Amino acid sequence: MIYSLIGYYSLIFGLIFGLFLFYLSYKNFKNSILLDNKIIVFSFLQFFFVIISFLSLIFSFVVSDFSNVTVFNNSHTTKPLFYKISGTWGNHEGSLLLWLLVLTLFIFIFLVRAKNQSVKYRILTLVFQQVIIIGFFIFLIKTSNPFNYLFPIPNEGLGLNPILQDPALAIHPPILYLGYVGSSIIFSSVLAATTLKMISSSWASHIKKWVLISWIFLTLGILLGSIWAYYELGWGGFWFWDPVENVSLMPWLALTTLLHCILVLEKKSVLTSWVIILSIATFTLSMCGTFLVRSGILNSVHTFANDPERGLFILIFLFVLIFLSVFIFFLFHKDDGRNSYNFFWMSKETSILLNNWFMMYFLSVVLIGTVYPIFLDVISSQKISVGPPFYHKLLIPFLIPFLLMMAIGPKLKWIKSNLDDKLYLISLFIISILLAFVILKNFSQNILINTILISSALYLFFITLRDFFVKKYKKISQNIAHFGFSLLILSILFNNLFSSEIITNLKVGETFENSETKIVFESINQKKEKNYNSIVANFNIQNSKGEEDTFSPELRIYNQPVIATSEADIKTTLMSDKFIVINIVQNQDFFNVRYQVKPFMMWIWLSVILISIGGVISFYKK
Amino acid sequence: MEELLVFTKNSMKIKILPIFVILFFVSIFLAFYKGLYDSNIYTPDVNRKNIPVFQTKNFYSGKNLESSNIFEVDKTYLLNIWSSWCLPCRQEHSLLMSLKLNSEINIIGMNYKDNKKNAKNFLKELGNPYKDIFVDSDGTIAIEWGAYGVPESFLIYNNKIIKKYIGPLNEELINEMRILIK
Amino acid sequence: MKFFRFLIMTFLLISFSNLKADNYDTRNKITKNLRCLICQGQSVYDSDSEFANSLKILVDKKITEGLTEDQIYKYFKEKYGDWILYDPGLNKNTYILWLLPILLFLIGGAIIYKNFIVRK
Repeated sequence: MIYSLIGYYSLIFGLIFGLFLFYLSYKNFKNSILLDNKIIVFSFLQFFFVIISFLSLIFSFVVSDFSNVTVFNNSHTTKPLFYKISGTWGNHEGSLLLWLLVLTLFIFIFLVRAKNQSVKYRILTLVFQQVIIIGFFIFLIKTSNPFNYLFPIPNEGLGLNPILQDPALAIHPPILYLGYVGSSIIFSSVLAATTLKMISSSWASHIKKWVLISWIFLTLGILLGSIWAYYELGWGGFWFWDPVENVSLMPWLALTTLLHCILVLEKKSVLTSWVIILSIATFTLSMCGTFLVRSGILNSVHTFANDPERGLFILIFLFVLIFLSVFIFFLFHKDDGRNSYNFFWMSKETSILLNNWFMMYFLSVVLIGTVYPIFLDVISSQKISVGPPFYHKLLIPFLIPFLLMMAIGPKLKWIKSNLDDKLYLISLFIISILLAFVILKNFSQNILINTILISSALYLFFITLRDFFVKKYKKISQNIAHFGFSLLILSILFNNLFSSEIITNLKVGETFENSETKIVFESINQKKEKNYNSIVANFNIQNSKGEEDTFSPELRIYNQPVIATSEADIKTTLMSDKFIVINIVQNQDFFNVRYQVKPFMMWIWLSVILISIGGVISFYKK
Repeated sequence: MEELLVFTKNSMKIKILPIFVILFFVSIFLAFYKGLYDSNIYTPDVNRKNIPVFQTKNFYSGKNLESSNIFEVDKTYLLNIWSSWCLPCRQEHSLLMSLKLNSEINIIGMNYKDNKKNAKNFLKELGNPYKDIFVDSDGTIAIEWGAYGVPESFLIYNNKIIKKYIGPLNEELINEMRILIK
Repeated sequence: MKFFRFLIMTFLLISFSNLKADNYDTRNKITKNLRCLICQGQSVYDSDSEFANSLKILVDKKITEGLTEDQIYKYFKEKYGDWILYDPGLNKNTYILWLLPILLFLIGGAIIYKNFIVRK
């Protein structure tokens, strides 16, 4: 009760401080020799009140205060404390509050950290950021207040969807939002810099840190989401080209492009328009994602709110931001048309341009694949599904030249370059092709495309691997990231090609046997936990080498809300995962058993971590 | 292609580009706006299609049965997919009972993935509204009909599907049916 | 004679087991391309719902009846509409979907070539 009051009024205070900040910025902007200390104090206070509000929501969850509608809808007294806390942001209202928290935190850090930038620039960035912040305040207070009362006060809450009760998913939203919201700083800052006509090399090196921050968090956020899907959704996949996943991939692609493009700007003060457009696009795509996920316009595994009013608000807000940026771009940005951007075809600039070109293509495939069904439905009320085959067909052929360019590109020098040690490059290329051929010689399906794909990924792998040992090579961060990417592609490919699967129906005590695997369904027993009851099935599985493993996948029936889930049992080793999941078949006394051996699963996660380590090193460099 | 390039190259100086960009975003806005209010629950358009041809077994006798022997021309049928393990089927059952008593509609049951003993108990407990019952033991006949699961009902006249009802029936839908068959 | 019979038998056995494996692969390939309509964002292959299980049985039946992959897709499309297919084939509804990304790629390439690259 009291927490809801505190939380709600803190939000109002935060909003009021936001409005004050507009006024202070206006005054300070006219007389801008020094940054008014009040501005820093006020934006700290704004952050402080949002954090108070956020903490009071957490407390409401911890003490199970069911007079709060959000708590009532998403919590239950029997839930473990950890999931009570993570339940705070596992719902629409709470997650928006988390957005707001990160928004205010980041602008405060920005104001403090950007000391050597001009005062006007810092003020304007603050103003644009406040536009976003105030938009979110109003959205939260008007349509999704997390502190609504419920009377009479119920004794019990409705509980949290059990598939959301997972450690990876508990930390996935905060990490992802740090990525999404980090891009808001890029957005505000690029608008400020455009208005002040100060898009230049020095701005580029200043904003690069922010690009890296949000890129690192977004990468890790997507990784956690994937891991969650792999463990919890229970069918052994980790990426489904589901719209909600695509929506997180789009800003990532834009950010990655920006990260490369900003290198050129930093070095040569060209491509300014392009950097501006990308910076705007990054945050716009994050917002667009929020709209698509929250409005219920998509059909997807993870959609949560389904309220047209909320959707409408985000939609209008999103387009206000878009039109604001379009307006600023055309009004203030004059491309001075110095014909300084003529690049020699074999140079670092060109290779980065090519990277941008391909990244934009990947982005457009994902974007069009995600929103096209919505448009078609609106125009002709035809419903179509755009699934994995579409993305694979359009992305994979383009991935091959992309991988090769990733190997060669970083070797080129600025302005004009010749390739050194061609002999090495060519011999590694031949080795890659031969190796890919050896690996795939027993395969009949799609042999050509797979060989080419694996050769080019191997090529990148060898080139980057070799570069770790070449001493004169300084760009360790870039090399790690590219190496990680080659590893990622290789592990995904090998995982796809060499996974094996057994689907069978078994009763207790029965045995399944084929030439490679022997599955014994030994017994079942029941387990009672605080928030669920479960049937645990015990299996003993032996492979052709005689290695034995015991597995105990579960069928859980959660009590609040009553939802049945299948919990896979996964044995992870460095080289492969063994994954077993069972399901009840209606009206039968056997269980449907699905057993998969998935090689290189671990390497998929590791390589993404490696990619983000590249980002971290780049962040701390200099 | 050439023109387009010249256009993009000089575009910064021309006023057309901003207008074009704005129009582009406005149209995206409108599409999203409209999409927001359209229902996105998917129901395929099976209405007014001929009923499928299939082979099945009679529920009681277990004899083989052709679909043409179940549905006669010029008559109105309600095909109801049900199962003893399906809870919503229990809810709608009383409605089917009353429909059987006071209407022209012949109700046909499709027993979906069920155990015969359980199904018989179900009918003993709640009554039998069906004129005929046939068996769909593996769920494939339901798919021939374009159904999703249980419960689901099809209103049929003259071997054509008039309307499809997904999920349990309720009073309103029964009334709608009565109007439709007139 | 005996030798011949043995040969024919082995040949039949081998071809039969091949056929079976092929059917299994085709079944997996087809069910991966079908959306489980009552699930959220799962393919029929991935799902263990009643609907998906029945669909798998039916796909098997259709394969043994000798229908080709395309005929099976067409069959399900008639029953459930385009929505069930994960792979939206190239038709009048999807020209833009398939061609727009490629068109954008070409335009992008042309812009880069025209504006940035100097040849010696």
